[in-house]
Amino acid sequence: MTATGLSVGVETAPARRGGRLRGRWYLLIALGAIAVVSLVRLVTGADDLTSSGTVAAALTAAVPIAMAGLGGLWAERAGVVNIGLEGMMVLGTWGAGYAGYQWGPWAGLVFGLLLGALGGLLHAVATVTFGVDHIISGVAINLLAPGAALFLSKQYFSNAPGGGQKQSPPVDDAPRVSVPGLSSALGDLERKDWFLVSDAAGLLRGLTVEVSMLTILAALLLVGTLYVLWRTPFGLRLRSCGEAPVAAESLGVNVYKYKYYAVVGSGAFAGLGGAILAISSSQFRDGQTGGRGFIGLAAMIFGNWRPGGLAVGAGLFGYTDAMQLRGSGAVHALLLLLAIGLLVIAALQWRAGRTVIASVAAVLGVAFGLWFGTTDELPAELVGSAPYVVTLLVLALASQRLRPPKADGKIYRRGETG
Amino acid sequence: MRRLTLRAVLLALVAPVGALVFAALVCAVILVLTDHSPAGTVEAMVNSAQRPRTLVNSLNSATNYYLSAVAVAIGFRMNLFNIGVDGQYRMAALLAAGFAGATFMDSLPAVFRIATTIILAMAVGAAWAGIAAVLKVTRGVSEVISTIMLNAIATYLGQYLLLRLAVPVAGSNNIGTRPITEGGQVPGFDYPGSTSKVYGLVLLAVAVGVVYWFVMSRTRFGFDLKATGMSETAAVASGVSVRRMVLYSMLLSGGVAGLVGMPQLLGSAHSYSLDFPAGLGFIGIAVALLGRNHPAGMALAALLWGVLDNSANSLDVAGVPKEIVAIMQGVIVLSVVIAYELVRRYKVRVEQNRVGKALGTTTLPAEVAAV
Repeated sequence: MTATGLSVGVETAPARRGGRLRGRWYLLIALGAIAVVSLVRLVTGADDLTSSGTVAAALTAAVPIAMAGLGGLWAERAGVVNIGLEGMMVLGTWGAGYAGYQWGPWAGLVFGLLLGALGGLLHAVATVTFGVDHIISGVAINLLAPGAALFLSKQYFSNAPGGGQKQSPPVDDAPRVSVPGLSSALGDLERKDWFLVSDAAGLLRGLTVEVSMLTILAALLLVGTLYVLWRTPFGLRLRSCGEAPVAAESLGVNVYKYKYYAVVGSGAFAGLGGAILAISSSQFRDGQTGGRGFIGLAAMIFGNWRPGGLAVGAGLFGYTDAMQLRGSGAVHALLLLLAIGLLVIAALQWRAGRTVIASVAAVLGVAFGLWFGTTDELPAELVGSAPYVVTLLVLALASQRLRPPKADGKIYRRGETG
Repeated sequence: MRRLTLRAVLLALVAPVGALVFAALVCAVILVLTDHSPAGTVEAMVNSAQRPRTLVNSLNSATNYYLSAVAVAIGFRMNLFNIGVDGQYRMAALLAAGFAGATFMDSLPAVFRIATTIILAMAVGAAWAGIAAVLKVTRGVSEVISTIMLNAIATYLGQYLLLRLAVPVAGSNNIGTRPITEGGQVPGFDYPGSTSKVYGLVLLAVAVGVVYWFVMSRTRFGFDLKATGMSETAAVASGVSVRRMVLYSMLLSGGVAGLVGMPQLLGSAHSYSLDFPAGLGFIGIAVALLGRNHPAGMALAALLWGVLDNSANSLDVAGVPKEIVAIMQGVIVLSVVIAYELVRRYKVRVEQNRVGKALGTTTLPAEVAAV
């Protein structure tokens, strides 16, 4: 079996007309999105849509997803597909439980990161050194890691105080910080129920009050990744291995070495995500990740293999995660948001002259709108599928905007031109 | 025709056997490091494996694993990764169980009931895989990503549907579909010394294996499929419509995936409930890899997996976490693919040597020797 899969049906992305979007456009889009959500909140009366509680919960949920996504980003930017993220995350949760209950959250964080990196190293040895198909190696790691974590859990947690066969003793939470003086003022604004203003206040309050140090660390890593991969020679070389490894090698880049860096780093990020997940839910539990490694992968694809887009994707998926725990009214309002999103895609695709896709998007959008209009609540069981449905829709309806690294998933061997 | 020389047989065996030995060694080291006795562990497993009950359960597990492996292998043969067998199988088992257990089915003839249930399961599996196939051929969406997403969606959709189809299972907190009454069940085979029976649908698995072998090695379709897997461009050049092949093979793979839950549903569970095993699709990937997509190889691999899983149940009693077997299985998969790759490189080198000698220039470039 060779890598890469079949290329049938793949559309190559045409060069973008005009330059990249400027900063203030992003600001405008963000404001527009808040305005839409705010409007939906007013129409549906689902105040939980933008309450600071929801935003804080979404942020907590988004961080492990974003870390897994960053893990995917590092590996795929160097041309190695990593669907073993889930397994590496599991290793991270166990590591955080093991070191965390004995020596505190920071030790747990470091230990989880190291175990994740170990999983990454395994993936790197298999894919880079031995040229095993990336998907197969990832599947194997996903089989191996949960077994290993449960084995170790039974071995080390069964007799520990407060632990069990499938869970670690409690781990202390990392410290939390607030921006001083904002909480009460924003809280007052949030309760006024004004269009846009209260929503922005809720958003800000959720982002500035009682924020975990782990979240701040994650944000720094996100920015750090953007800087390292896109603003340093190291990052340029690493990305060149994902775009054109043969060309990179001919220019003196040691492709194997960079792929190793990237994949081990990828595992470290995933492990860190697992560790953060375990620490913020104050213990390791078997099956704790619940597919978050895959959601991270989805967030990365949603974000078009870019850190900023990935952060938006992780935020969005964290948001749907947080909504599951809120009232059914808020969950129901998500349908309307989805319908609006689809109609926006339809309009954009229509403008670009892709009438078929635009029509499909429009039909789906209207269908979700009707679903919203004709029902009073959305079954809670379905809400969890939102990240996956959204990713599928993005892939199906907007895939020509996506541009993965050119040599992503291809097996590279020195001296062979593929 | 390839000649079946001793050397070829040895080369074919060295990878799987080597991987098994390596995995056993790794597990022995892990056991020693965690203060368990490897010999005692093996003894407990061997003792357990000899009990008739374990044997029957192993064969039954192997039946499920084999069907799952064939579903995966159909995709693998043409370089398609159907990671979604798991979701396809669960959707199919759930809906087929709801259909087979429905009250209007109770009075119908047994053959009709069983046949329609199995056909419905295949149709549902194919339809769920079809979503990924359509996305692939119309929009170029990677089937790996889309089937991962569909697996997760199947989990949530399955919960939603189950809550609406389900009746409480007597004597537990579990919920399941209405049990299939006697006429819709497939009777099993008795095995002396065991209370549990061998699934009657083990025959279905055998039939699927035979059909798989026939289609792959004796039909035009199988040839096109393998050709597409080896070289997409060459297949296109010889007139194969890759789009159509992707669609067909994905539907076929999904159809077989739909069968995965049937032996258990019709043979012993008689109802789809929350405790239907998840992850069978991933076991299928492991089994297909170990068996190299070969119908007989996968059968051996499925049996091995079944024996390992079922004899591991005695380990927790012996004080060894039974997940040591999961670790072993993971190591087997990873090391077997590495071993296959090493064997492939070795063969290439031997071939290059041979060609070099035949051409009279035995001095090889340094890079080949370094491979």
